[in-house]
Amino acid sequence: MMRIPFSYIWRSLWARRLTTTLTLGGLALVVFVFAGVLMLAQGLQKTLVDTGSSDNVIVLRRAAGSELVSQIDRGMASVLETQPEVAVAQDGRPLLSREMVVVINLYKKTTNSMSNVTVRGVSPQALELRPGFHIVEGKPLQFGTHEIVVGRNIATRFKGVALGTEVPFAGDRWTVVGIADAGGTGFDSEIWADGDQVMQAFGRPVYSSATFRLRDAGSFDAVKARLQRDPRAQSLELKREQAFYREQSLPMATFITKLGIVVTIIFSIGAMIGAMITMYAAVANRVVEVGTMRALGFQRRSILVAFLAESMVLAIAGGAAGIGLASLLSFARVSTLNFASFSEVGFGFALSPGVITRAMIFAVVMGVAGGFLPAVRAARLNIVNALRAA
Amino acid sequence: MKLVKIVLKNLFRHRLRTILTMLGIATAVMAFGLIRTVVGAWNAGVAASAANRMITRQSVSFIFPLPLPYRQQIARIPGVTGVSWANWFGGVYGDPNDFNDFWPRFAVDAETFYDLYPEYQVPADQLAQFRKERNACIIGRKLAAKHGFKIGDVITMEGDIFPGRWEWVVRGIYTGRDQTVDETQMHFQWNYLYEQVQQREPGRPVDAGWFILRVEPSDAMPRVATAVDEQFVNSRAPTKTETERAFQQGFVAMSSAIITSLQVISVVIVGIILLVLANTILMAVRERTREYAVLKTLGFSARHLIVLIFGESLLIAACGGLIGLALTFPMVAGFGQAMQAFFPIINVAPRTIALALSAALVSGIIAAFFPTVRVVRTPIVAGLRTVG
Repeated sequence: MMRIPFSYIWRSLWARRLTTTLTLGGLALVVFVFAGVLMLAQGLQKTLVDTGSSDNVIVLRRAAGSELVSQIDRGMASVLETQPEVAVAQDGRPLLSREMVVVINLYKKTTNSMSNVTVRGVSPQALELRPGFHIVEGKPLQFGTHEIVVGRNIATRFKGVALGTEVPFAGDRWTVVGIADAGGTGFDSEIWADGDQVMQAFGRPVYSSATFRLRDAGSFDAVKARLQRDPRAQSLELKREQAFYREQSLPMATFITKLGIVVTIIFSIGAMIGAMITMYAAVANRVVEVGTMRALGFQRRSILVAFLAESMVLAIAGGAAGIGLASLLSFARVSTLNFASFSEVGFGFALSPGVITRAMIFAVVMGVAGGFLPAVRAARLNIVNALRAA
Repeated sequence: MKLVKIVLKNLFRHRLRTILTMLGIATAVMAFGLIRTVVGAWNAGVAASAANRMITRQSVSFIFPLPLPYRQQIARIPGVTGVSWANWFGGVYGDPNDFNDFWPRFAVDAETFYDLYPEYQVPADQLAQFRKERNACIIGRKLAAKHGFKIGDVITMEGDIFPGRWEWVVRGIYTGRDQTVDETQMHFQWNYLYEQVQQREPGRPVDAGWFILRVEPSDAMPRVATAVDEQFVNSRAPTKTETERAFQQGFVAMSSAIITSLQVISVVIVGIILLVLANTILMAVRERTREYAVLKTLGFSARHLIVLIFGESLLIAACGGLIGLALTFPMVAGFGQAMQAFFPIINVAPRTIALALSAALVSGIIAAFFPTVRVVRTPIVAGLRTVG
């Protein structure tokens, strides 16, 4: 089979620059939206899943979907501390943080509207338990005082929160002594304080949750099984921290993905039609050319391949342009109310190889689907009629 | 008249291309309509809020309750003509990770709640029955339809904020006064919540989640807000009072990032409509360069040519826009069904229809503009010389 040289395809596209550009622009916009939605869902999931670590276990009250509605009393927390699977902290105490999670309102800098922010009252072990949580400015909080450490997102997004300022809540003033970087995880959107102080200020006698490190990551099932048999721990539910945060991301990620899929399906139909219009026009404009090529001895199959290749080139270029545009999004950070934790969580658009692959496949499929029928029409042209068409 | 005929003839010269362009515009208009409707659905709570209601909640956050005795103090404030209260119950029905099993559940004061919310219409006999039975509940029409709940059915769920197993008997089904009312809620007696918690967890206080105030006349609202909040400012549970509208807006504002991205997408869609249409018009005009030159020699003026090209572009845009709108309604209905847990109220607003159509028509004008300029400026001789 005689192949039509690639330069023919290239020059055909170049000869109709404006049409080519318009089609390419349309494809690029569609891929941009598709990739953007994937990146958003990915970014949210990554933020929340990375929040948990695989050898930490979070304990909540049974059927409590979030820390906000969970309650664990002091007695139960002590039962947990005595489990042999709990790792030991540097100071020799069990590496377990009893935590109290509440939500307060702060004003956003940009919109001046109120938003929900998680306040996490922690035990001194919390920092050792979450090695990803680094103080980047200031110092760690002093336990027994009203000092707080705020996540990066809180410091940048909310009014009146900076090193040295006092944040009023629960009838008290709390001094910001440190700003923490939690590596883009959910803790970046939290305020940390001394758990006992928070409980006192809010007048709550019980903890929300307890988190501990496993001495050995494989012993999760063992501790879970033992506690299930323990009559004192019947109301508890153990989850791996990572699994817990994955669940937390589920409502929002499902929402973004569902909406995104609907939008992109509609979009891709539009883009396919756009590619089809361009390719049909390309065929119609080149009837004589196709006739000449056939007369020169090129086979129907070569013509089909040439036109398909032309639309593929369009699609690949459009896809690359769209992904290029979308990659600019990774500089943007957004925040939204996470339905599960009822507080605002900041996250970015995450461009992963998976997203790029999926966006590229999407573009190529659009190109092939849009170019196939026009290419078939070109291949089926009758030589004599085609040459006469002028 | 002649010109119209030429426009129509031109339109049908490349029948496939015209149809494809219309379909392309139709899909884009449909996407535009859907996205604008989703943004609207997000704001549905704000749109549905009544002009005469205010909400009093704990000032630190909505998640903290308020002592019930506040209600007498609030009721004494001039301008307040009604006070009710409610609690968010939460709870897990069915599969905790399946959003189809989620709906809002509120513990409400059986005596006053429906007086303050006249938009939830409950038949009088059902309301009377609801007030008589402690473990009765009233559910929305859509919720009843979705899960097949009938009057007399028992709804069971696992509590999370209020642990344990909970059961209610459906004693009423409310319908919304109009289509902006959320018909997916469940209301049950606050007294039942109170008594059950007393039994199950002696010593645990059960307070009011928030108070609902009816204020008349509406210009008394700022004064009432200050009066209420000042009354409790030095108590253990200081309050924040705002109009129902502002309260709802607070929730929307927290998800503003999602709304902004949807709005960006809707602008991108208008760009796509424009690109598809511009491409078609450009191709059509390029093919006909010689014809236009012939028309000019025959004495057609620039104005005639403008009408020809704009007429064709606008006609395609209008047809595509109308098809797209017609498709928007079934699309929104299907989407609303699939996402009921997220969007209890989803309706295509008249504004959305107007915006979608104008987006298509404006694209029609812009798409025709540059090719027209080119045709009008091309000298006759140059046009005749063009090889298609």
